[in-house]
Formats: sequence, C-alpha cells, structure tokens
Amino acid sequence: MSDVVVIGSLGRQARDPWFMTGVSIYLAFLAVALFADVIAPNQPKDILFLADGRLANALKPSLAFPLGTTTSGCDIFSQLVHGARSALMVGTSAAVVVVSVGTLIGLFAGYFGGWLDAVLMRLADIVLGLPLLPSVIVLAAFLGPNTWNVVLAISVLLWPNSARIIRAQVMSLRERAYIEAARAAGSSHLSILFRHIAPSILPLALLFGSIAVGWAILTEASVSFLGFADPDTTTWGFMLQDAYVSQALSRGLFNWFVPPGICIVLLVSAGFFISRGYEQLLFPRLRDQGRG
Amino acid sequence: MTGRALLHRLGQMLFVLWVVTTLLFFLFRLMPGSPLAAYIDTSMTPEQQAILMHQFGLDRPLHEQYVLYLVNLLHGSLGYSFIYKEPVGSLLLAALPNTLLLTLSSLLIAYAFGILAGAFLAARRGTWIEAVSLPFVLASRALPEFWLGMVLLAIFSFAFGWFPAGGATSPGASFPNAWARFTSVDFLHHLVLPALTLAIFLQGLPLLLMRSNMLEVMQEEFVVMSRIKGLSEWTIIIRHAARNALLPVATALALGIGSSIGGNVVVESVFSWPGLGRRLVEAVSASDYPLAQGAFLMIATAQVVMNCVADLVYATLDPRVGQR
Repeated sequence: MSDVVVIGSLGRQARDPWFMTGVSIYLAFLAVALFADVIAPNQPKDILFLADGRLANALKPSLAFPLGTTTSGCDIFSQLVHGARSALMVGTSAAVVVVSVGTLIGLFAGYFGGWLDAVLMRLADIVLGLPLLPSVIVLAAFLGPNTWNVVLAISVLLWPNSARIIRAQVMSLRERAYIEAARAAGSSHLSILFRHIAPSILPLALLFGSIAVGWAILTEASVSFLGFADPDTTTWGFMLQDAYVSQALSRGLFNWFVPPGICIVLLVSAGFFISRGYEQLLFPRLRDQGRG
Repeated sequence: MTGRALLHRLGQMLFVLWVVTTLLFFLFRLMPGSPLAAYIDTSMTPEQQAILMHQFGLDRPLHEQYVLYLVNLLHGSLGYSFIYKEPVGSLLLAALPNTLLLTLSSLLIAYAFGILAGAFLAARRGTWIEAVSLPFVLASRALPEFWLGMVLLAIFSFAFGWFPAGGATSPGASFPNAWARFTSVDFLHHLVLPALTLAIFLQGLPLLLMRSNMLEVMQEEFVVMSRIKGLSEWTIIIRHAARNALLPVATALALGIGSSIGGNVVVESVFSWPGLGRRLVEAVSASDYPLAQGAFLMIATAQVVMNCVADLVYATLDPRVGQR
C-alpha cells in the first residue's frame, strides 16, 4: 500500500518544475561523471606542453583547451569533468550514510522511547553542539587526508538533524490506528517498524538525502580548499585552492576559478530544488494554501 | 519558562560542554605523531626533548594529563602555543573581537535584508517577481562561501581596486587603543568584502523563513478579521502579520550567531582575516595542538551557548512553550 503512495507521489512530482529542474541537473552531472574519461581530453593532473615544447601554462580558453590551462600547465576543463565524479561520490555516499544512520536512530528512538530514546537524543544534542566545519577539519586531520575520511567525518556530524525529524514523525505514527491494529494482530516490533512505519517515513528520508548531498559537497569543497583533502584526487575544492594559491585572483584568471564554483552551486541547488518539490508532498497544507 | 526548566536546560548545556571538552582532549592526544613534533628542533638532544616533554606535562599518564587539563581550563589557562610560544588564551582573545565583529555585522546585514525581502516576497506571492527571485535565493544557499569571497576579491579588490585584498588593517597601521582600531575607517574598509560575502550566504535562511511564516500567518483568523475590518493590506502585513512571523526568525538568529562563528573558518581564510577560524586552520595544519584545541573549544562553546540561548529566546517569546 505504502509503495503505491510513494510512486503515486513521484508521478505528481514529475509535473513540478522545481523537481524536474533538480533531477535534470543531477542526471546531467551523473552523465558527465560516468563518461569523464571520454569527455575529458586530458588527465586532470597531467602537465601539458605546446607543440613547440613550451609549457602550456595559464593559457586563455581555446579550441584545444576549452577553459584554458592552470599556471602549472593542467587542462582546466579536464579537471572540472573529473571533479564532477568526486563531487557526486562524496555527496551521494555521505548522504546515504547520513540518511540511513539518521533514519535507523530516529526509528528506534521514536518507536521504543524510554531510556533508549533519552540516550540517543542526548547523543544527538552533543553532536549538534559541535561546529560542523571545524569538527570536520579536526577529524580529517586526525584520520588522515583521504576523501573517505572526509565523508566519514561529514556523516558523523550530520546524522542528528535527520534523526530528530524522523523521530518526531515516528512518534506520531506510533499512535495511529493501523499501527495499533498491526500490534493487536500480533506483529513483532521489528515487523511493525520496518513493514508499517519505515515506508511512510521514506519520503522524509529522501528529502533529507537530497539536502545532505548538498551539505556534503559544500563541506568537502571547503575542507579541500583549506588544504586538508586527499592530494591525489581532483575535486572542485582542490581546483579552487590551486587557483587561490597560484594568484589566479590577482591575475584575473576568471576562466580558472569561476567554473568550479558554478558547478558546485548547480549541483547543490539541484538538491534544494528537489527537496522543495518534496516539501509540498510532506506538508500538503502548503500546496492547498497556494491554491486558495 | 519555569525556573526548573531553565535549570534543566542550563545543566544540559554544561553537560554538552564537558563532553565536547573531553572528546577534544582525547582526540588530540590520540593524533598520530608526537604532539611536540612541531616544537622540537632536530638539533635538540634527547635530554633536552625529555625536559620539554616534562615542561608540557606530556610524560605523565593520560588520566593525569586529563585532570590537569580540566583544572587548567577552569582557571582559564589553555596552555602554550607551540608555534607562537605564547599563551593560547591571549592569542585567542586577540582574535575573538575580529571574529565577533565580522560575524555580527554580516548577520545584521543578512537578517535586516532577509526579513524585509521575505515579507515583501510573501506579499507578492504568485507574481513574476517571486518566480524570478526564488531560484536565486535558493541558489545563494548553495554558494560555497569561500568561492563567493574569491569572486568578490577578484572583481572589487584586484580588478577595480576599491577594497583591500586581505587582513583586518593596513600593514603598519597603529592605533592608540582597541576602540580606535575597530572604529577606524581602515578597519571598516577591510571589513566590507568579508562581511558582504557572509551576508550574501546568510540572508537566504531568514528570507525563506520570513516568507513561509508570513504566508502561514496571513491565513490565520486575526488577519482575515483585519481584512474584513477594511484595514489596508500593508497595515495588516506590517502591524499584524510581520510581528507574529518574526518569532522563528529570532530563534534562527540566535542559532545563526553560534553556527556562523564556526562557519566563518573559510571566509576568514580567503580574506586572511585574523580571527578564530583562521587561527584554528593554521594551528591544525601546523600540528599546534594547544592552539587548535583552544580555538576549537572557543568556537564550540559559542555554538553550545547560543543553542541554549535560542531555546530560551523561543520559550520567552512564545508563551505556549513555557506552559507545557
């Protein structure tokens, strides 16, 4: 039954322009990330030379280098294309962890209540007291400069937001008649939790997922920009740091530092656009007001 | 809010602070490498190194170090910075006003603009103005702050030369006292770009909150009643609806003060702004543990305290919460 609700709501979402814009942006970046090796003419960190043997550094955009080259002779367009791959990997993996951990904790805390709820929510309070970016920096420095450590650090810090919202939702669902009926019919706690309650909170979890993708990408970019990221991967944050320390700003090399920022904004806003679409699904009152 | 509830909330705040402090202590002690690696010169003999380890108390068992750390903390002592060889407390106190002024001025701009623009957009619901501006507002929340700062720097500092490229005051500038420094034209001139960068990033939240609250409040009976009484639309919006819609925005502001002190880290780095965030980044990269620990603790304390203030503000402004 609940599957039908979610699929039916997705069909309704397909007519929402915000939702469709967000999904199209995601799909476009996904295509670029999948075919990065085909699309990018060069390896992102290869130092390139011109036909006459000179270093191809700080070149203006041309046919050979659509976005020009960096001051150390790398192809900016190729870096940008490969950056899409790391951004999507970081964003989706952090979002998956944040949402699964948050949903599980929210489900258990909200359904069982009592001491379990008290302990889990105090834990959430503590994590919410930690400043996001400084904590990720300290954790990434502690665990070592590696993209997965940054993903781990982001996940550790972001789960309480989704856990709290999902817990509140579960607490209200717990008292509904159909849950009471399932309990009376002898369903076990786990079966009630995962058969009857979890499907109804799925849209809420997806909403958080699309927002968490954005937070993760922004946080990873900031950490890379501050120089605490994996030196072996090409991310948009790394490109911006490279441009910043190579004096691209004072030399006015806009072709270098503008494109990565625009990509980040597009990808992160896509998540916000999608969750805006879901906002109406989650809080139907909003849409009714729009009609009135 | 009753006295009991207040005490309970304050107790919870102290508990969170204690846990954060403890986590931080063990995290930094467990970091790979000797905590003195940055401090010890390769030319030092093992004996000299041992004396240093003793001076910093690093030769004692971990639990003793922990108790010592808490006792020192309660006395306001945060230890000595390895790279600056100065007390961490005074280094951080010198950076704190810079961070506070940057945070507060950008929040002031962001909330003043966001509240007005949010109320305006709510009044213009369904028009082309809303259709054009909402995507931009959402996109502004997706801006990496450091990138926005880079673009503003490249245009207004390097291309046009209107604003300085970094720092809080011009090199060599001296002031008779702190007050003269913070009110000087030079300081304010340096403040414009970083504050604007943060404000552009921060205005989206109050704007969207104000807009959706206004839309909700406008449906309520007392607003419908005023409309029937024949009051003008703007009178209703400003005198009746806006006042009620402001409550969640006030809570968001309190939370915003806490979280943006930590969020400033990147903007401070882009503009070489001598604040807490920049000290933290510097200290973590140089493995200056006492300084990193102190800077982190100060940022985290600001956030935990402001979270608590946000709850109190909410309880004071909305009588329904206190009565529960």
